[in-house]
Amino acid sequence: MNNYSFFFEVLIGGLLSGLMYSLVALGFVLIYKASGVFNFAQGAMVFLAVLSFVGFMELGLSFWAALPVTIAMMVLVGMATERFVLRPLVNENENTLLMATIGLSFVIEGAAQLAWGVDVRRIDLGIKDEPLRWPAENFGVFISALDLTAGVVAAVMVTLLAMLFSMTKAGRGLRAVADDPAAAMSIGIPLQQIWMLVWAAAGVVALVAGMLWGARSGVQFALVLLALKAMPVLIIGGFTSVPGVIVAGLIVGAFEKLAEVYLGPSIGGGIEGWAPYMLAVLFLLIRPEGLFGEKIIRRV
Amino acid sequence: MFYREAGQFRTSYAQDQQILPLWQDKLGMAAMLVVGFCIVPFFASNYWLSALLIPWLILSLVALGQNILMGYAGQLSLGAAGFMAVGAFACYNLILRIEGIPFLVALFLSGLCSAAVGIVFGLPSLRIRGLYLAVATLASQFFIVWALDKFGWFKNYDVAGVITAQPIVIFGHTFASPQEKYIVVLAVVALLALAAKNMARGSIGRGWMAVRDMDVAAEVTGLPLMRTKLQAFAISSFYCGVGGALFAFAYLQTVEPSAFTIDLSFRILFMVIIGGIGTILGSFLGAGFILLTPIFLNILFHTVFGKAVDATIASALEQIIFGMMIIMFLIFEPNGLARIWSVTKERLRLWPFSR
Repeated sequence: MNNYSFFFEVLIGGLLSGLMYSLVALGFVLIYKASGVFNFAQGAMVFLAVLSFVGFMELGLSFWAALPVTIAMMVLVGMATERFVLRPLVNENENTLLMATIGLSFVIEGAAQLAWGVDVRRIDLGIKDEPLRWPAENFGVFISALDLTAGVVAAVMVTLLAMLFSMTKAGRGLRAVADDPAAAMSIGIPLQQIWMLVWAAAGVVALVAGMLWGARSGVQFALVLLALKAMPVLIIGGFTSVPGVIVAGLIVGAFEKLAEVYLGPSIGGGIEGWAPYMLAVLFLLIRPEGLFGEKIIRRV
Repeated sequence: MFYREAGQFRTSYAQDQQILPLWQDKLGMAAMLVVGFCIVPFFASNYWLSALLIPWLILSLVALGQNILMGYAGQLSLGAAGFMAVGAFACYNLILRIEGIPFLVALFLSGLCSAAVGIVFGLPSLRIRGLYLAVATLASQFFIVWALDKFGWFKNYDVAGVITAQPIVIFGHTFASPQEKYIVVLAVVALLALAAKNMARGSIGRGWMAVRDMDVAAEVTGLPLMRTKLQAFAISSFYCGVGGALFAFAYLQTVEPSAFTIDLSFRILFMVIIGGIGTILGSFLGAGFILLTPIFLNILFHTVFGKAVDATIASALEQIIFGMMIIMFLIFEPNGLARIWSVTKERLRLWPFSR
């Protein structure tokens, strides 16, 4: 195999796995955009969603029966979060809200384990984490089918969400709330309904991300760490930008894989834990609000 | 009735600026120190000392460091455990590589090492603010633990990965028993807490608070923003570093990167929230609360459900209750346990009459 195709294989693998991070980060952006809450519990929600999905299937439901049940459950979780955690904390500063969601992540993780146990499970989506034959035979480049599916799913999700934001009435309300909650309320936009909608949507995004990640690395507690993986993606893209998440996901994924392959051997491997963060910090030094984040205007 | 300031007049500026202006407070503090230094070591069992009191004091110190950065200077950081790790490994290497270095000097120097690292990771704070900064500080956590684990030099090329900490030797005496270690820890913590109290109420602390409340405004009024922010990072990391060194040497007895995970960082964060953001007392109360809650819940489960309770169920329940408590504190008492204490003091002034 020549160097070029190896480089491209690493690059494409990185880009596609970056899209899997984007999927997780998307849930963060949804909630931050609409309510200014940095939802640290998104990782825990991913874990809860896919664990419940597998759990329902173990209880005898079929794939297509378990899906709506899990979605309904995630919507309920999202609504409960809005009602019992965020509504009492409305108008608090964003650090307080961040800490509340860290607390929430403990509750969700605990509840998920209480309900379904701690065993590692498998989820079968019918897609194998194996290289596709066509590019492997023609270009000598190995691309995992699962990665490719994740990429397509991420693209579809982003398109759907972008349409939700720009074309529906709820989406316009959502943008108004994001812009100025008080003004939105005063013209009659139902703030709490909008927030519930967003949390429900984040729950669904969490389920999709969880199913894809679960198919790759097993349904296990380590999935909550995905939240940490998604963070560099988030700060590079900007907390408020849906397209930014995709671009940043591609950047982080490609950087992570290339750095691991080309830089890793010289400084001792295992750098994917922190290298994306360093990259993110460097990006932030140049653009403090991320690539596509809203410019922060500060008045004294 | 007993706790009131009536008749205690402040007739000079020196009196007005005392840390404890009331004789009741002075008496209380003196009593606490006497009990802490002279009575506790002789009456507390080894379990109490080495499993509760020593970690409580050390974690209070670290929480104090986190509180300086987060509560006073307003820079939310999620990497306290990383700086603890720097302190622990610096102390280990100093004692290992410098023949006959006194433990207290090594402790101080490891605090300085941690402060230096803190300044480096504090540099982005000059440009990045708020949540973006909080996320960026995670970089320090992951990078430090990775580097300590990866480069053999830090661990003196130990293959097992778990290093036994050297004994604590001060003036030729080896502080080996829990009682002796407790005394060392208590002395260090008391001294640093006093220093923190003084910094917080002096010009340094006022600078931090000005930056916390509105950094642009602080800069406009002539406060050097860079110096103030980096100072907060450095001093906070110093406290975390000394705390980390004590954590490894007096509590764990081992030096290993895996003791300083992000979980510990979060626990320290919670100590500050539950104890009270921006208070010295709160750091101690919060550390005690976070340390005791799991133990208390464990005992509770065993008394309620008996011995048969499944370990995974117990730990999951514990996690749920823990998370709920944090949310409840944020909702119902955002100023933490320290606020509850000051309300109690107000009540005591009027007791037995109600307001």
